[in-house]
Amino acid sequence: MQNKVIDVEDVVIRFAGDSGDGMQLTGSLFADMSAVYGNSLSTFPDFPAEIRAPQGTVSGVSGFQVHIGSTKVNTPGDYCDLLVAMNPAALKSNAKWCKREAMILVDEDAFDEVGMQKAGFKTDNPFEELGVEDRTLIVSPITTLTRESLKDSGMDNKAILKCKNMFTLGMACYIYSRPLEYIYAYLEKKFSKKHPEVIEPNKKVLNDGYNYAANIQAVPNTYKVEPVKDAVPGLYRNISGNQAVAWGLLAASEKSGLPLFCGSYPITPATAILEELALHKSLGCKTLQAEDEIAGICTAIGASYAGNLAVTTTSGPGLSLKSEALGLAVMTELPLVVVDVQRGGPSTGLPTKTEQTDLNQALYGRNGECPIPVIAAHSPAHCFDAAFQASKIALEHMTPVLLLSEGFLGNGSEPWRIPSMADYPEIKPPFVSGMLKEGEKFHPFERDPETLVRRWAIPGQKGLEHRVGGLEKNHEGVLSNDPANHETMVRERAGKVARIADSIPALEVQGNTGSDILVVSWGGTYGHVLSAVREAGVALAHFDYINPLPSNTAQVFSSYRKILVCELNSGQFAAYLRGILPQFEYRQYNKVQGQPFLVGELVDAIKSL
Amino acid sequence: MAVLTAKDFKSDQMARWCPGCGDHAVLAALQRALPKVSQALGYEKERYVVVSGIGCSSRLPYYMDTYGFHSIHGRATAVSTGIKVANPTLTVWQACGDGDALAIGGNHFIHAIRRNIDINIILFNNRIYGLTKGQYSPTSKFGAITKTSPYGTVEHPFNPGSLVLGAKGTFFARSLDVELALNEEIMTRAALHDGCSVMEMLVNCVIFNDGAHKDISDPATRADRTIVLRDGEKMLFGADRDKGLVYDGRRLKVVTVGKDGYTLDDVLVHNSKTDDIGLQTALADMKGPDYPVALGVIRDVADVTYDDGVRDQVKDIMSKSKIHCVDDLLRSGSTWEVK
Repeated sequence: MQNKVIDVEDVVIRFAGDSGDGMQLTGSLFADMSAVYGNSLSTFPDFPAEIRAPQGTVSGVSGFQVHIGSTKVNTPGDYCDLLVAMNPAALKSNAKWCKREAMILVDEDAFDEVGMQKAGFKTDNPFEELGVEDRTLIVSPITTLTRESLKDSGMDNKAILKCKNMFTLGMACYIYSRPLEYIYAYLEKKFSKKHPEVIEPNKKVLNDGYNYAANIQAVPNTYKVEPVKDAVPGLYRNISGNQAVAWGLLAASEKSGLPLFCGSYPITPATAILEELALHKSLGCKTLQAEDEIAGICTAIGASYAGNLAVTTTSGPGLSLKSEALGLAVMTELPLVVVDVQRGGPSTGLPTKTEQTDLNQALYGRNGECPIPVIAAHSPAHCFDAAFQASKIALEHMTPVLLLSEGFLGNGSEPWRIPSMADYPEIKPPFVSGMLKEGEKFHPFERDPETLVRRWAIPGQKGLEHRVGGLEKNHEGVLSNDPANHETMVRERAGKVARIADSIPALEVQGNTGSDILVVSWGGTYGHVLSAVREAGVALAHFDYINPLPSNTAQVFSSYRKILVCELNSGQFAAYLRGILPQFEYRQYNKVQGQPFLVGELVDAIKSL
Repeated sequence: MAVLTAKDFKSDQMARWCPGCGDHAVLAALQRALPKVSQALGYEKERYVVVSGIGCSSRLPYYMDTYGFHSIHGRATAVSTGIKVANPTLTVWQACGDGDALAIGGNHFIHAIRRNIDINIILFNNRIYGLTKGQYSPTSKFGAITKTSPYGTVEHPFNPGSLVLGAKGTFFARSLDVELALNEEIMTRAALHDGCSVMEMLVNCVIFNDGAHKDISDPATRADRTIVLRDGEKMLFGADRDKGLVYDGRRLKVVTVGKDGYTLDDVLVHNSKTDDIGLQTALADMKGPDYPVALGVIRDVADVTYDDGVRDQVKDIMSKSKIHCVDDLLRSGSTWEVK
């Protein structure tokens, strides 16, 4: 068999193994290396809720899918070109994601009787049993080879076995013609201080994996994905959605001149935002790991009252706990950013899986008439701009804002062209300071007639002493049970949120705008839906702003004969649109499996209209 | 700086508590104490923020002409914490009831104490839910007959003092609504204390739990059933100040000076400033009929505060880090150039 290097536009690789096998690291390294190489990419970590589920079982399988391309890649890919399965359970739960022409690389040593039994195989041919025997199978004794590679390293057996993933990564690097230098540099940087002794062994095992793959006959061809040619010049980095949210908040803090305060409680998959902010005290950010979700938001509300840019971060169950306090922020009309990184629900649900099922909770999940602006991020890097915009709206319109992210975005990552802060607008909160005439008393709930926004007085400022709270008040800030006043205040609070539509961008249509079919989506499904509408030749209206809707929404919808709303829930956005714009007919495509859309299924749905 | 008076702290709103409610007296004491605090510490009026939860006593911020935040049930402590961490130069006072702080807000209460955040918590304890019209609270006595316990409660109450000291609180004081001068004194001490100060005010609810603390507040028996603790002074009480507290082996004991061989020398001297929490806990736990109820500042010790810790850490890292702005941050770590 003659080896040859085949140029391909894109490839999808799925690394799968036991949750202790280091598959997340292996996948991230492959992704980072490809980004530096100049590829476009998108990643999808798919892991179980348990930190270490029973070893070798299907429930303990952790996966990481990465899609790299020489042209713009929008999704982590539906099906993979290479599946790396470190044990029988990983093969069993991931074989269904292999393309017809895929390669499957497995660690032969793990396919012993015990491993096969734990994974629940009934026969002794797992490939046949799964119907993937016709794929290109690379069955290598990775454990044995790793042991052999490191037998003189002085490492103990346990430490040696931990390097299996590096051997595999070396093999993957050979198959996809990836240079190893980037990983060498990574290992040196990561371990030079605390564990310099593991650098060389890891390099060796990586290199041995690479050479092994080059020598065996089982790898028929190698592939090359060229760097993106028309990439916009500039400085790039990889960024995950959770990291981007944290950095976007820091950017808003800088542009508003207000210190950032984050009161949060750890919860999957949002915790990384709190962790990231805790790292950046150098920018004046204060993080408070609260005793519970309620304290998270209530400390943030206190910090907002005291004049900080205040944030609380959470996921669905945490948002439920915060709902009463969110009402308090609405009633006191204080700026606050609430980030919900959605996961599968209800209740504890599917903590590590992605979903868009908190939309109704975001829009309606409070007592009384309690409207708040809702914004949704559409890609890992877009989380930066979305967090910045959420903060800007909160601070300039004196309202809590709900920013919806998703597990898929929070944990996923993509290359990002680093922006310059000079290109971001200033944020100007409506401070009352200096606006009052001599002898004029501050009335906390008097409003700007245009925007209905109240003015902000910060404790510590002379002569502006005032009281806020959850009880209904009149414009002067005095408690009021007057029926007419209550209705006025209810309407004004709603009007204030509705008028934000005047300061957000118009809805844009992408894809084939001349089509008579308009696909509608929101949030983290953007990449998949965009790929699908291009393939199907139809138009796309993707919403970043959900409440209020962009003011040209009806105008956009009226140009299309058929509207298909695609979302990862049972139709929450479609129902919302039916309530606000009932003159249009909305068709739905929904999926509630804790998994992202597949481009293929979206294309089928569009074509079957 | 203009000298502030109690009047400066009165808002234009009339206090809407029931006539005879103990909360009126506590409000009056606070309005008298804050000018003294201002004088002692050089605080302008705009530095004060008064926070509350939900319940009768939580209406207090509306009656104070300061910055004020009437929050939601149980969460005052979390709101106060956020205010203080965001701006440690503010002086935060908090009003909350026994249900508010110890039932629905119990978690925030103990964690604020654990963190030693520098806020001043006035805990209005009337052993009943007043605003919802008479249900038992976490401080209602065992067997209390209320609207939700028509046959008597079958649960033990919290002693707020034990809870505070159990969480290693740095300041705990207790008093009665009627002890106006002592309350002023306690509030001033609390303001001077760096850290979380809890002041338990035993207040009467004339409507739903009248005589809530009658056993100790009745002028006829108050001197015999309470002891006012003052640093450096002997622990003496009683109408004739002839009863004293001594340490007898492993526990506190009430004795009469001059009887059973006990002299004045045997009587303990109060020290709120010692870090040894054992005796202070025993004092906070005392209850009738065997012991007098301890009033005054029981514990007042110095320790690091959470708000200082957060502020200093931020300051320290800001001075050491190479990242000074968001542009620096975005370009930190692993990046690559596309030409």
